[in-house]
Amino acid sequence: MILDGKCPTGPIETSWDRHRFESKLVNPANKRKYKVLCVGTGLAGGAAAASLGELGYQVEAFCYQDSARRAHSIAAQGGINAAKNYPNDGDSVYRLFYDTIKGGDFRAREADVWRLAQVSNNIIDQCVAQGVPFARDYAGYLDNRSFGGAQVSRTFYARGQTGQQLLLGAYSALSRQVKAGTVKLFERREMLDLVVVDGVARGITCRNMVNGEIESYWGDAVILATGGYVNVFYLSTNAMGCSVTAAWKAARKGAYMANPCYTQIHPTCIPQHGDQQSKLTLMSESLRNDGRCWVPKKAEDCEKPAADIADEDRDYYLERKYPSFGNLAPRDIASRAAKEQCDDSRGVGPGKRGVYLDFADSINRLSEDTIRERYGNLFEMYEKITDENAYKQPMRIYPAPHYSMGGLWVDYNCMSNVPGLFVLGEANFSVHGANRLGASALMQGLADGYFVIPYTIANYLVTVKPGEVKGDHEAFKQSADEVKANIDKLLSINGTKTPSEFHRELGKIMWENVGMARSDASLNEALKLIPALREEFWKNVKVVGTNEQFNQELENACRLADFFEFAEILTKDALNREESCGGHFRTEHQTDDGEATRNDEDFCYVAAWEFKGVGVEPELHKEPLKFDNVKLAVRSYK
Amino acid sequence: MKLKLHVWRQNGPNDQGKLETIDAPNVSPDQSFLEMLDDVNQALALEGKDVIAFDHDCREGICGMCSQVINGVPHGGQDRTTVCQLHMRKFKDGDEIFIEPWKARAFPVIKDLVVDRNGLERIMQAGGYTSCHTGGVADGNALPIGKPEADYAMDAAECIGCGACVASCPNSSAMLYTGAKVAQLAVLPQGKIEAAKRVMAMTEAAKENGFGNCSNHYECQASCPKGVDVKFISKLNREYMKALVK
Repeated sequence: MILDGKCPTGPIETSWDRHRFESKLVNPANKRKYKVLCVGTGLAGGAAAASLGELGYQVEAFCYQDSARRAHSIAAQGGINAAKNYPNDGDSVYRLFYDTIKGGDFRAREADVWRLAQVSNNIIDQCVAQGVPFARDYAGYLDNRSFGGAQVSRTFYARGQTGQQLLLGAYSALSRQVKAGTVKLFERREMLDLVVVDGVARGITCRNMVNGEIESYWGDAVILATGGYVNVFYLSTNAMGCSVTAAWKAARKGAYMANPCYTQIHPTCIPQHGDQQSKLTLMSESLRNDGRCWVPKKAEDCEKPAADIADEDRDYYLERKYPSFGNLAPRDIASRAAKEQCDDSRGVGPGKRGVYLDFADSINRLSEDTIRERYGNLFEMYEKITDENAYKQPMRIYPAPHYSMGGLWVDYNCMSNVPGLFVLGEANFSVHGANRLGASALMQGLADGYFVIPYTIANYLVTVKPGEVKGDHEAFKQSADEVKANIDKLLSINGTKTPSEFHRELGKIMWENVGMARSDASLNEALKLIPALREEFWKNVKVVGTNEQFNQELENACRLADFFEFAEILTKDALNREESCGGHFRTEHQTDDGEATRNDEDFCYVAAWEFKGVGVEPELHKEPLKFDNVKLAVRSYK
Repeated sequence: MKLKLHVWRQNGPNDQGKLETIDAPNVSPDQSFLEMLDDVNQALALEGKDVIAFDHDCREGICGMCSQVINGVPHGGQDRTTVCQLHMRKFKDGDEIFIEPWKARAFPVIKDLVVDRNGLERIMQAGGYTSCHTGGVADGNALPIGKPEADYAMDAAECIGCGACVASCPNSSAMLYTGAKVAQLAVLPQGKIEAAKRVMAMTEAAKENGFGNCSNHYECQASCPKGVDVKFISKLNREYMKALVK
């Protein structure tokens, strides 16, 4: 089937304005009759729930954490992009649009990206009004910094905690609506099923994580803002609780999963220390503004302390390979370059899987105090984890799974192919194409939540009668029974391996075969290993405790069961996409000097997969991508 | 390293709870504290025993989810560090470690080391915001804010809402938590407008939810993983006095 994203036609500059005007409205008196469920309270979900509550809809919001303020948006350090052009350095909505399309390696929809660039400016205004303490200059105006993949300074930031401050802004708006009674908040709830009646999303089934009760919630529309899936690699920069579960449950009920092979491996993370590690820690990409990446030129120098290696014996590989962007090359390119150096036996640190990020030149040029002011908390965090002082010796960094550009397929209204199911933020696939630029995730989350869904959801709601299907419908009971049966099955296996052992094994398969470089052979290998491990999981997992208690082993087992099914579809998508683009690098498709080779002839489309059953071949649906405003070109940062 | 852990085990808010001694026989100094507990739990699970429940999520010191009192000190006593960022190299082979949940009447235990911090949510819901709607606000640069005020607001906004301040306070006071939000918004022009109403509502909510008052022990600042300064409690008091006479 050929999918239609229902994007507005005509000049792109006015596409969103025209779409807003043509969108349906729900009369203020009728809004309160509609109930909207919002799963996830990060930037996208929190902003959506707050904004829809303000408009007068009845909103019920859900999160697995104990507070809506803790979603993993909080961990974003560097900043948020906007096309304000405050520094007078040549930025514009068009340039942000262009950079994002190019940064995504021409695999995103033009109309969606234009809208994102256009509303980016409103986001900054909104956050300032909420009291978000953005960095300012001495005249009192907002300060900007530069980020990877852009040649203008358009990134707004709040020390090294921009994500946290923006999330606290959305959380404050959400708290205000909770007080006003328009939003009901359900914390410590995990969504374990989407309830679909006659092909339409009508509600969700959750597990109350405190007492194990299986709860049903009905709504006239369901919004998923449940983040990304890179914990499929086990070790990633995501929070421990991040999972594909909510999105995958929707996929099992018919929602298409789009471009799952587009995963972002972030170049600047702290290298792994050992086998008992539970997660990897990101160092903000903004560090690349003042840090220089290098490895020793000679493999025999790798054991020496960095200070003993003379400047002429150092290979500043990003500056060498990409002279115009240098250390600010986009993430996918910087990650692969780091991997290349380590594969060439020139990595540093334990296991030789690391490269240096060196601040010595910047400290000499700007002073240690300036660097401390810019990145103090990051240096502190680095020291806590590694016991090394990065003011005195270079940081060691290595790429780690960080973000998923792929996600549930949505149309221009952010609605999936299942009517009534909307997907926002990282959970959808829409704007980042095959690679996300830095400081764009915060932008997308808030754009979707504050300025897109409040307009587009009305187009759907006017087509349904409020409260037509409520929690007493038999579909809810059926869903709850299925969820309960699944949990009972997990608890009854009583095997010999814990969920975290299985998760580590799955992660290893994925990282080695479906990680930074993928080949036909490695992907086929993964497609043998994943189902075998999944079968073992269902025969041999040991989940202690009961359902009727606070049970983190059970939570992990439920999430892992979904990762197993999802991992296979991710791998199949990677196998299908016979090209290298953005975060998806197929070793068969590269130039002589190792640059990615895209195949626009055959793969300029969104791959949306329809789940057909466990172990059954999923069906591929395509949405062709058209580029009317940006010329398809080889993406060069040289 | 070999360690002996004394871990608080409690099956729900009505259970009396007790300290249980558990060995951690094979600890690497590069592990984080929570990774050490992961290993302990792995061993417990393989023996078919109930694992130790503890809250955690981001494991990079920012989400505020982790909440353990280690050897009597919330977050373990390393300066400006959450439990998840505490590393085992800070301990010695043979150490005995006492691990307990946040202890405060306002934080009932859910299980073992997991507590219910909903009281903090209700303080925020009472007034921790500016009442602006989505859309219809002025340009971000329409309102210049002096760098000192912006930096002061940012210092206050560093709070991650973990509740260590409450857990460390002999009065279970949430005044550092409340004061940080009150101060952040009161110093900014966009928050000033509602400053009086906000400080009254948030203080009232803290009282209603079982949090005590400050009697100047400053344990909160000492245990705060973000080093939020007690000067924000002074600011809270000042704002409160101003609101009283308004």
